[in-house]
Amino acid sequence: MKMLATTELSPDTTAQARRVGPPILTVEHLSREFGGVLAIGDLSFTIAAGDIHSIIGPNGAGKTTLFNLVTGVYKPSGGRVLFDGADVSGMAPYRLAARGMSRTFQNLQIFFNMTALENVMVGRHLHLNTRLLPALFRFPSLVRKDREAKERAARLMTEVGLEKYIDADAASMPYGALKRLEIARALASEPKLLLLDEPAAGLNATESREIDAVIKRVAATGVTIVLVEHDMKMVMGISHRITALNQGRMLAEGTPQEVAANPDVIAAYLGAAP
Amino acid sequence: MNALLHGRLTGLLALGAVIAVLPAVLPNNFYLDIAILAGFNAVVCVGLNLLIGYAGQISLGHAGFFGIGAYASGVLVGAYGWPPLLALLAGALFVGLLAFLVAKPILRLKGHYLAMATLGIGIIVSIVLRTESGLTGGPDGMMVEPFRIFGVELYGEKVWYWVVGVLLVGVVWLSLNLIDSPMGRALRAVHGSEVAAEVVGVDTARFKVLVFVLSAVFASVAGSLFAHYAGLITPAKADFFKSIELVTMVVFGGMASTFGAVVGAVVLTLLPQALTVFQDYQQIVLGGILMATMVFMPKGLLPTLAALLPARRRA
Repeated sequence: MKMLATTELSPDTTAQARRVGPPILTVEHLSREFGGVLAIGDLSFTIAAGDIHSIIGPNGAGKTTLFNLVTGVYKPSGGRVLFDGADVSGMAPYRLAARGMSRTFQNLQIFFNMTALENVMVGRHLHLNTRLLPALFRFPSLVRKDREAKERAARLMTEVGLEKYIDADAASMPYGALKRLEIARALASEPKLLLLDEPAAGLNATESREIDAVIKRVAATGVTIVLVEHDMKMVMGISHRITALNQGRMLAEGTPQEVAANPDVIAAYLGAAP
Repeated sequence: MNALLHGRLTGLLALGAVIAVLPAVLPNNFYLDIAILAGFNAVVCVGLNLLIGYAGQISLGHAGFFGIGAYASGVLVGAYGWPPLLALLAGALFVGLLAFLVAKPILRLKGHYLAMATLGIGIIVSIVLRTESGLTGGPDGMMVEPFRIFGVELYGEKVWYWVVGVLLVGVVWLSLNLIDSPMGRALRAVHGSEVAAEVVGVDTARFKVLVFVLSAVFASVAGSLFAHYAGLITPAKADFFKSIELVTMVVFGGMASTFGAVVGAVVLTLLPQALTVFQDYQQIVLGGILMATMVFMPKGLLPTLAALLPARRRA
């Protein structure tokens, strides 16, 4: 298993040892309100290419809203999102996917009407011929590429540890496996930026460690990862940088060490001293 | 892959074999006529199943598209002397365009709203067919010329049986191909989770429009040929009850199963013939079947039966 050597060092030395990549995602003065309530307010930060960048914050801090704004599921009320140098604010998710952004969901979004393998094959959508006539008449080139996509999807499932579910119906799989299935599906689209929304939520310690290893392996292939996660052990262990939110606003940003030591972060999690 | 290909082929061969053997078993033209009607319904249902069963969208207006196809052929051939094939293609093109134009706004709707909007389309078509009596003959319907192609006139149940049989095999083949393709997976993904489909690059709106148009065109082609076969068409073929009947066939036979749609169409075409006593209550029986299916076998007849067989899965 190849892994970024630095991730095994303590995060403090990591910050000095790693070369910081160019920004792949920049959020500028982003805000979103729901019926007068600010879910995200004037938020600005940058994510460097190649990083594992975690977003943390107590419940209701706006983490998932932020994900939905970045991935085009919600339109921002104000501000901009720059991905790979281009303004992509409010761009439809499928267009963002074509530019190399994909994500997983906190509440599973699995195609339960398909097999596990087909779920991952949908992830190959952008790389396949999806026009009507070749599909109706089964053009040989389409069939050949489809077979390759199938093999590739099976490999991806093996890589995330789902080899025994390759022929399974998605509806028959356990929760922990579905979490990984979402990651495999997102990876099938070959994203440059992958946003993982609580990939370890609801998993036991063993399963969490497995997800942890999967994320590191993916990051080692050069995919930038944005992670929302409540499992602090995981976050502190694998993140290069952390952005802490509270009530839709930036609370702190820095290396895991810096963020963990930040008094505002501690106050937000444990309640401020009077 | 091999197993899948095998499954497709066995299904198609089985369908072909049944169609080939059936005329030898059926005693007379009366039964052949019912088989032809079942075939026309099956063609529409295979298309409708792509929309309802696979893509998870509802249409309560597909009889409208069937009706437009039927009347396009009736009017263009009868009143304007067009060659029947050209009229059929023109009808299909018009239905395709109409479906495309209405699909964009209505497929943004979901659930009940989509059902209401498609219902509205079907009703509008039905009203136009009833009131434009100068062209359509109004509620009494109109006579339709026989289908002539290359100087040959298609006439009689024996000939039409094979026309519809070949058409049905062809449509089933196209449907199976489509489902087992990247576009087919995109359609099923739309059903499974639109947002998840979007984030891996599926333009869900585009695929919803495409499948709506495709299923409407299937209905239109079936409508055109039906008009020539029957020789008489009435607006009843395009009305709300016919749309409900089509949806019931798809749901009863098995959503997301191409062969299920065929089985549903065949069974529910035969049923009224078998239960002639119930003729006055046909809509009630149909509604009862729809409800019972949803309650007792929500996956439909064929998938439910297939699940009972331990060795083989999915048709």
